[in-house]
Amino acid sequence: MHEYTLWHALIGGILIGLASLLATALSGKIPGISGMFGRLLVPATPDPPSQGYGTTGKEWRVLFLLGLIGGAALSFLLWDSAALFRPMRPLAVMGVAGFIVGFGTRLGGGCTSGHGVCGVGTAAKDSIAATLIFVVVAMVTVLIYNRAVL
Amino acid sequence: MKAGRVFLIFLAGALFGTGLAISGMTDPGRVIGFLDVFGAWDPALLFVMAGAVGVYGLGMLLLRRFQNQNLKLPSTASSPIDRQLVVGAAIFGVGWGLGGFCPGPSLANLGALRIEALVFVPAMAIGMFLAQRFFGADQ
Repeated sequence: MHEYTLWHALIGGILIGLASLLATALSGKIPGISGMFGRLLVPATPDPPSQGYGTTGKEWRVLFLLGLIGGAALSFLLWDSAALFRPMRPLAVMGVAGFIVGFGTRLGGGCTSGHGVCGVGTAAKDSIAATLIFVVVAMVTVLIYNRAVL
Repeated sequence: MKAGRVFLIFLAGALFGTGLAISGMTDPGRVIGFLDVFGAWDPALLFVMAGAVGVYGLGMLLLRRFQNQNLKLPSTASSPIDRQLVVGAAIFGVGWGLGGFCPGPSLANLGALRIEALVFVPAMAIGMFLAQRFFGADQ
């Protein structure tokens, strides 16, 4: 697993799909990362928890996200190909990008996981539309950034 | 919450984080490589999405058949494609192209304490808070 190949991409994707499926079955919710994280930032989450997963709707989300960070941390240690990290932008740009991503994903009701994986996977029209929009806009953004800045 | 449930949902998160890292999606170079269609295009993200979407889609079809009182699945019906969805998705696209991070990979990189994630994630939290507070993005 030292040399990255497209098999890594496919296998990693399958793991992401299985993890999303498991989280859906356990929580009874669409487990999008932006929704999970965003709902930790409001005092009371407006959606009631289900299937015995705590009482505030926050417990399962915190556990899943801690697992995500832990699983990634372990993978970075185990495999060189997973640990590869190529910084592309100055930190100031990363800060601005983070703000925009946070605002846009909550306004649009999902990100690459909630809309892109779960929504497209179940053929939800709104998610297919959102995914096409954010992929195309991101491609145009990279094009403009490369022309204007690099 | 029972210990078994705590373990299972943590395991789901750990599988997700492992998938992100193995697939290379935690590397902004690979994500921007996919988005840079006029540069040295990297198709990896397409393979990640194919694997994830395929497994999730097929899995949900199967799970629907086992739905019962102990297994309640969320509605997967489409919401209306309204202005909020279109504008929100477009804004997210700008941020994704700018930084090469979407929410999952940015959180995963906290696991390596990478400075990019330590800058990105708090800024993302502020953006989410504002969208939820002032634009009713969680209704």
